[in-house]
Amino acid sequence: MNKLSNDQNHTKKDKKLQIALVGNPNVGKSIFFNYLTNIYVEVSNFPGTTVEIYHGNYKNYIVYDTPGIYSVSSFNDEEKVAKDIIINSDIIINVVDATHLERDLFLTTQLIEMGKKIIIALNMYDELKKYNLKIDVKKLSLILGVPVIPTVAPEKKGFKELEEKISEATNGIINKEILKELELLKELEIPTAEKLLILEEDKPTIVKYAEKLNDFFIGKFHFDSHSFKRPKKHLRRRHHHGFNKHRYYGNYIPENKDEELTSNFQRGFHKKHFLKKIMRHYLNRDRIYLLRRLYVNSITTKVISPIKGKESISKIIGNLIIKPQTGIPISIFILYLIYLFIGVFIAGDVVKFTEGKIGNNIFEYNLKKYIAYSSSTLVTVKVKNENDSIIKVNSHFFEYGIKNEIDKFHSLENEKKITNSEIKFTYSNPILTILFGDFGILTMTITYILFLLLPLVIGFYFMLSILEDSGYLPRLATLVDKLLSYIGLNGRAIIPIILGFGCVTMATITTRILGSKRERTIATTILQLAIPCSAQLGVIATLLASVNSKVTIIYIIIIFIFLTLTGTILNKFIKGESTPLIIDLPPMRLPRPINVFKKTYYRSYGFMKEASPWFFFGALIISIMQITGALDIAIKILNPLVVKWLKLPEHTAIAFVMGLVRRDFGAAGLYGLPLSSYQVLVAIITLTLFVPCVTSLIVMFKERGPKEGIIIWFSSLTFAFFIGGIIAQIFL
Amino acid sequence: MFRGEIKNKSKNIFLSSANPKDLVVIKSIPKGNYKSQLLRFGIFEGQVVEILSKLPGGTLVIRINRQEIALGANLTKKILIEKL
Repeated sequence: MNKLSNDQNHTKKDKKLQIALVGNPNVGKSIFFNYLTNIYVEVSNFPGTTVEIYHGNYKNYIVYDTPGIYSVSSFNDEEKVAKDIIINSDIIINVVDATHLERDLFLTTQLIEMGKKIIIALNMYDELKKYNLKIDVKKLSLILGVPVIPTVAPEKKGFKELEEKISEATNGIINKEILKELELLKELEIPTAEKLLILEEDKPTIVKYAEKLNDFFIGKFHFDSHSFKRPKKHLRRRHHHGFNKHRYYGNYIPENKDEELTSNFQRGFHKKHFLKKIMRHYLNRDRIYLLRRLYVNSITTKVISPIKGKESISKIIGNLIIKPQTGIPISIFILYLIYLFIGVFIAGDVVKFTEGKIGNNIFEYNLKKYIAYSSSTLVTVKVKNENDSIIKVNSHFFEYGIKNEIDKFHSLENEKKITNSEIKFTYSNPILTILFGDFGILTMTITYILFLLLPLVIGFYFMLSILEDSGYLPRLATLVDKLLSYIGLNGRAIIPIILGFGCVTMATITTRILGSKRERTIATTILQLAIPCSAQLGVIATLLASVNSKVTIIYIIIIFIFLTLTGTILNKFIKGESTPLIIDLPPMRLPRPINVFKKTYYRSYGFMKEASPWFFFGALIISIMQITGALDIAIKILNPLVVKWLKLPEHTAIAFVMGLVRRDFGAAGLYGLPLSSYQVLVAIITLTLFVPCVTSLIVMFKERGPKEGIIIWFSSLTFAFFIGGIIAQIFL
Repeated sequence: MFRGEIKNKSKNIFLSSANPKDLVVIKSIPKGNYKSQLLRFGIFEGQVVEILSKLPGGTLVIRINRQEIALGANLTKKILIEKL
């Protein structure tokens, strides 16, 4: 935000006018933005995107693209960001969905009431036919008092006319009822836009002008000892709530003997009680919203007229998805397709190639070899047979680097080539170990981020963008709403949960879309405790493949019961109430490939930019733990717990600690161990519930704060060993 | 279950008990953030709303001015309506 306002100050100096593109979600704003500025941006907006603002130059203007909003207010981050841009802009291009005029004009009339210069792009004008409707554009323009230009964004229809008329953008005609309300704050010396927001009880705006409002209300209503006057009748609202001058002011305010004292007293006094009461008394968002809503409805009845026709196919499909009889099979089918695409194709084939071939064999190996070239290194080759068990270990210590004994190194390297074996470089210098060792920041972390995580993140966001643009996602949210309500979430929470199966870190960031702190806490806890990420799922699947299917079923049942129980308990004991589902179901349509690719690109980029530093930070911690021996100590501490309580082989402790680095490392560490069916069960249950990787932990601490973070982390540790142990006691 | 349901002798019932294809008039919405959010979508006292479908569990899909909106069950049982 700071950067944004700096930009704006800067532009004010250059006297470049600012244009803001404003509209409801999914109305095609960004196509206009691309057209005007030739900059690639995300085309539609759904909660889940991190709020990023795009701006670009157009002629003598600077154009800002804003997130899709239903009104100018502060219900969520998107709205707060959009509000700031709108207040600071000179001209607003309001993109309106012609097929949803009732919904979109709510924002339009609010923008007009804010006293902004506006031009309207009546977009999706061609789709009116599908709905068998006609809009009287001239009449609409006349009523609103601003230019209205019909457009069809994908075909760039009407864009030329819009460009020509940008300079004709004007202040529209404000609804008389709202004008009356604005009269209340007439003498307050702040921009009209913000006066309206104050009337609408917009907290950030009220806080911004708290001092001014204090003085204003004192001056206006003479709230001192005896000259208290009741406000005029039409201003007297919520009177029945017990607004009583004597109770609130009369007795507390001394007579004007000492002016300074009085005013100080008043200030101190009303900061606590007075202002709040006044605000509650005179500002009423619901009333303003209702007046505006009635006005909008009166406009739409005047300008929209129906023509004859029939129902469209997209509606029929949309209805099939929502009905449980058809919707559940469709959802299962779609989930299966997602699994094929992400679980089998991306997590399997693509990652095997990018991580295994490019990451480990080419990138890491050559980098490590290059470092070993002139620094003191122990090179170890573990020769393995076809069953992956080690048959011999060769090692050599190159005191002055491999360049001095290059032949010796080549003979070691040749052994690796012949069989499927591992070669390991152990540097004497601890700094080199931190940077280039097995958990090195420049080796493991880069491989992890670029060659494992990136393909997965791209895969998930690609899928999410398709689901979203097609209109499927809000319908899925509707379908699962009831189920999720048992664990204190609403349908919207399906998005972070789906993402959790990809990467828990990514999902933890996405919990921001949820409506209340309570829901964010519940969702984060479930993600951290019970949802296995894709890397882990791969290993778990491999382990389960080696044992009988009964174990798989038990595993799924236990994890599911645990997830439900955790959610239910949290829902019961966390104070407050979860927000209900209120979601707009846009018509089903084929996603536009360009939009899907752009969205995928911007989301993946946004996530990588936000999360990557934390992956490096996590790697640094682990490396330091490795060098200082803290890692070994942790393994020693865990050992008795693992052997006696979980009844697993000693080496499993290493797997668990490695699980901290990356959950899949932990699971992968179990490959080489001789485990019985039920030992596999105990191990994978403990691993699934165990602390997620260091990065997701750091991101969780950042999102949820240290107190909640520690509680979630600690319970994750406790439950993992508690439940794993109970299973061990039952089955082993 | 709900006080209003028993005590209310008029035709007013809760939105949660409306059925698909019903046309209903919104009678009252409890105060709070939801009220404003609903107003933005055009759901307010006096407005006529068409019920499109009802999922098991009570999540309701309504139509208002060609706009389809899904409402969670914990919200619909707080909104008073009158059937037309």
